[in-house]
Amino acid sequence: MSNEIQKFQDPGLPEHVHRKTDVDPKAADRAERQVAILFVLSALSTFLAIYAYIFIKDDIFFFLPIMGSTNAHQLFLGLGMAFSLLFIGLGMAHWAKNLMPDTEVIAERHEFRSPDEDREDFVRTVKEQAGAAGLGRRSLIKRTLGLALGVSALTPIVLLRDLGPLPGKELEKTSWKTGTRLVTDPGDRPIRPEDLEVGAVAQVLPELESGKVRHLYDIAKDAVLLIRLRPSEFQLNPERLSWTHDGIIAFSKICSHMGCAVALYEQQTKHLLCPCHQSTFDVTRAAKVIFGPSARPLPQLAITVDAEGYLVAQQPFNEPVGPSYWERSS
Amino acid sequence: MEKMNSRIKKLSRYRRHRFAGPALLVVALITMGTTFQVASALPNSSKMETTPKSTLIEEGKRIYNFGCSTCHGLNLEGGGIAPALIGVGAASVDFQVGTGRMPMADMSQQAMRKQPIYNEEETAALAAYVASLAPGPDIINEAQLTYERDGNTAEGGELFRTNCAMCHNFAGQGGALTQGKYAPTLMGVDAKYIYEAMITGPQSMPVFSDKTITPQEKLSIIKWVKAAENEPNLGGAALGRVGPVTEGLLVWTLGLGLLIGIAVWLTMKAK
Amino acid sequence: MKKAELIGGNVASYVDDRTGAAKWLRKNLTKVFPDHWSFMLGEIVLYSFIILLLSGTFLTFWFDPSQREVVYEGSYEPLQDIKMSAAYASTLHISFDVRGGLLMRQIHHWAALLFMAGMIAHLMRVFFTGAFRKPREANWLIGVGLVTLGIVEGFLGYSLPDDLLSGTGIRIAEAIIQALPVVGSYLAFFAFGGAFPGEAFIPRIYTVHVLLLPGAFLALITIHLMLVWYQKHTQYPGPGRTEKNVVGYPLMPVYMAKAGGFFFIVFGVTALLGAVASINPIWLYGPYNPGQISAGSQPDFYMGWLDGLVRMAPPIESYIFGYTISWNILIPGLIIPGILFTLMALYPFIESWMTGDKEEHHLLDRPRNNPNRTAIGAMSLSFVLVTLINGGNDIIATSFDLTINQIMWFSRIGVIVIPPLVFVITKRICLSLQRADREKVLHGRETGRLVMLPHGEFVEIHEELTPAQKFTLTQHEQPRALILPATDANGVLNPQGIKGKIRARFSQAHVEQVPAPTESEAKALEGGHH
Repeated sequence: MSNEIQKFQDPGLPEHVHRKTDVDPKAADRAERQVAILFVLSALSTFLAIYAYIFIKDDIFFFLPIMGSTNAHQLFLGLGMAFSLLFIGLGMAHWAKNLMPDTEVIAERHEFRSPDEDREDFVRTVKEQAGAAGLGRRSLIKRTLGLALGVSALTPIVLLRDLGPLPGKELEKTSWKTGTRLVTDPGDRPIRPEDLEVGAVAQVLPELESGKVRHLYDIAKDAVLLIRLRPSEFQLNPERLSWTHDGIIAFSKICSHMGCAVALYEQQTKHLLCPCHQSTFDVTRAAKVIFGPSARPLPQLAITVDAEGYLVAQQPFNEPVGPSYWERSS
Repeated sequence: MEKMNSRIKKLSRYRRHRFAGPALLVVALITMGTTFQVASALPNSSKMETTPKSTLIEEGKRIYNFGCSTCHGLNLEGGGIAPALIGVGAASVDFQVGTGRMPMADMSQQAMRKQPIYNEEETAALAAYVASLAPGPDIINEAQLTYERDGNTAEGGELFRTNCAMCHNFAGQGGALTQGKYAPTLMGVDAKYIYEAMITGPQSMPVFSDKTITPQEKLSIIKWVKAAENEPNLGGAALGRVGPVTEGLLVWTLGLGLLIGIAVWLTMKAK
Repeated sequence: MKKAELIGGNVASYVDDRTGAAKWLRKNLTKVFPDHWSFMLGEIVLYSFIILLLSGTFLTFWFDPSQREVVYEGSYEPLQDIKMSAAYASTLHISFDVRGGLLMRQIHHWAALLFMAGMIAHLMRVFFTGAFRKPREANWLIGVGLVTLGIVEGFLGYSLPDDLLSGTGIRIAEAIIQALPVVGSYLAFFAFGGAFPGEAFIPRIYTVHVLLLPGAFLALITIHLMLVWYQKHTQYPGPGRTEKNVVGYPLMPVYMAKAGGFFFIVFGVTALLGAVASINPIWLYGPYNPGQISAGSQPDFYMGWLDGLVRMAPPIESYIFGYTISWNILIPGLIIPGILFTLMALYPFIESWMTGDKEEHHLLDRPRNNPNRTAIGAMSLSFVLVTLINGGNDIIATSFDLTINQIMWFSRIGVIVIPPLVFVITKRICLSLQRADREKVLHGRETGRLVMLPHGEFVEIHEELTPAQKFTLTQHEQPRALILPATDANGVLNPQGIKGKIRARFSQAHVEQVPAPTESEAKALEGGHH
């Protein structure tokens, strides 16, 4: 009882079954008319698109179920274009299916492998030519050519050097300096501690020095979130506690994971959540990571008030803000 | 230039358009059957009070003792399951009770917006009672909500993206917070309640002080939210305005599904 | 008619006199293409690519790839007088001040999603049917290359408008570059022309997006198609279909009409999506600002699984001698995708090594008839699906009343537990299906009709399969396990070593099959029954 005794035989290609359109001239005519109608519908749809482009104003809206309030210009232009294309396609397919021959044909495959003598011939030719060129003997040429080719690839790499400056200490620096005022973003207004109730937050940036403009690359490192809690809620070491002022604590808003803006502050739980990858930080414990992929707390900005009673930075950030990088030391 | 002007006209026109109502907000994710829905029934804005203040406070106290004190304590001192209400102000009561969040239906993570249980007069009485015991932010009245006149949509958009979008999403559709909490959608929310939420910081939401976001700026935010709410679908079905997730679902279901369906028809033998 | 023929003849002989094309064309116009819906998936991709070229060209007429700051003064009122990049402003211009511009933008984006979805579906078809086997390994490699480039190209396109969502995506890409050991911060500064976001990145990726990568696509797609042409298409098994032939319709006219028609259908469906469904409404996102973010910031679906992996990564960084290695970025962002894509690319060679199969294959496998491969495919898909779900965990959480923490933990555990489970289950399902096939061949198809025999017994009528059906269900080869030589010619024990043992083990797993019934068996059964 071996499996190999006799397999089921291949009965061969089934006989061609005639379609209605093959045997009934009326059906064929009908199919022809259907194809023609599809093509005409396509042409009409093109006219709809052109009509919509020229005559339907782009400030007409109407209500459609599911889609809601819809722009007529956009919809009819799009539908006209869509149907003009769809009907051409459907027409061609209908034509191919019903009126073109549908007898399956068989083509033979040929082995890709070259006959043995051709292969040998090829090898011989290569050897002869290589021998004539001295590839086998003149190894000095081969090696120096390899060297030259390898080295020549360096030029394009060197040429890319001027794509940008070297990072230097750029990633460590922000615009925050000792005494820099915290101003609202947007609005650029300085903030007094009494401006914030308990439970309040404020998005802040460093005050611009006169004559300077704020670039996006500044915001990408400078953005800070200011949060006011009850001072009793903090669980900070004395140094970090001295960086707060009257229950107000400031963290870099640039996520220590991948640099998104971490600004989702939950007032009741005192948690900060990054919407990109869901790292969760506990504000009361100096933004300790309590969930998600971030490995480091958010850098804390030491704040105090100046002579006029406005919130200022005590000192610059004591660590680089934003995502990690190789040269970062902790 | 002429075109631009006509555009501005166009945009101001559709804001008044009669179809641009809450119905617009019901957006169905066609093929998944997931429906993003917002409650459309909202309490009407409160009318001017005529009842004398002291009786109002008395009435409020009665309602409070009957409906709220079990959790929040007889003297607003709070308890194990509910926060103290000392100093939360009338605005907070108006927001929590007026939007139906309080009293809570069950002990879930977060109080949901629902059909309010107390009517306007009862809400006003409760607010007056709570405010009478300790001062706090006042209810926002209609006269303060001059966002149509004093707000600036574009400025509101900037403020919204900096201060609100991280929780409520770029189009005010809401989003997820930790542990099942969420920022609710802002669509269909009364301007008054948006304002009150900003100054009282209900539940997970922080407070946005009048010094860091000025009252005028708050009006701008409201104006932008209303503009987003009333903005018709400029490019077709909005797919919930939640970004690429629903777009990806649609391309696999409707897009590729339709094409595979047609391909099956195309390669089927004709009869 | 006569005149047209004459002109046509003249043109044809003009061309043939100079190229000798007639002979080649005649041969190829009758080239045979097998017909099956799953063979159209690749066409969806090809046509989406053409649509992308056409709609993309339209967009370049107005798009200004510059991060120079401008003040918006177009017709979208909610952004009036806002400072933004020229790239974003010009995208708004295309959307609102160019008639049909928004439609073309949406067609372009939908076509891009369809391009990727079609590629993945095509890849799955090729994988599960074993179409990548000898002699088509090179085309599989090109295909894997195209998927990889497609992900990059799609991401760059998503980044170009410089809206809040795309800027967030670039920010994350920058963080991945920056996390590379030793060279990270240098590469980031070179790519961005200085500190993030700078003003150089969008103009640079624009050139890559519209010139470099489309050129690479064009070249790879051309080779891909030429190989399909030259090696002839594979076909599903069935009566009359053998390893030595290809059964189908000739290129001219049937296949030309169907393929040509399908191009219009794909374009039409894309345009339909562009007309009725909004995609990437950049005007709602606002211009990019590194201090802003939206809840639910996700990439497009073909990157979503990577984002999901990054989200679920454990919070691990190493600090060694004052240097930082961010495992939480490197592992999910580079190492795991790198391993996955390498394994995918090498799979044809791995399978051939495991099974010892060095034969040419032109007949496709029915997925059930290769349980091991099907299970490997399903396992890989389940891995990607779990990570994809985690990539949308915030949207899923709010839509289905779950918490992001639950979904995250489900994914963290699921990504390890679910794929092996799926492997086992899929393999069992395949074997059950084989068993069902065997039953059908030997005992006929269950019709559900019951009859009462004269002596009162009820039996279900089984309808015998046609010879064609029987052949289709039994034609597949019965693989045999590799036999590990215990000693070699010199009497050395286990000459292939541990490698040989592993290989034998794989081979054993691979041959686990329900034997296909044979005609002899059927005959024996018949004799016994009656």
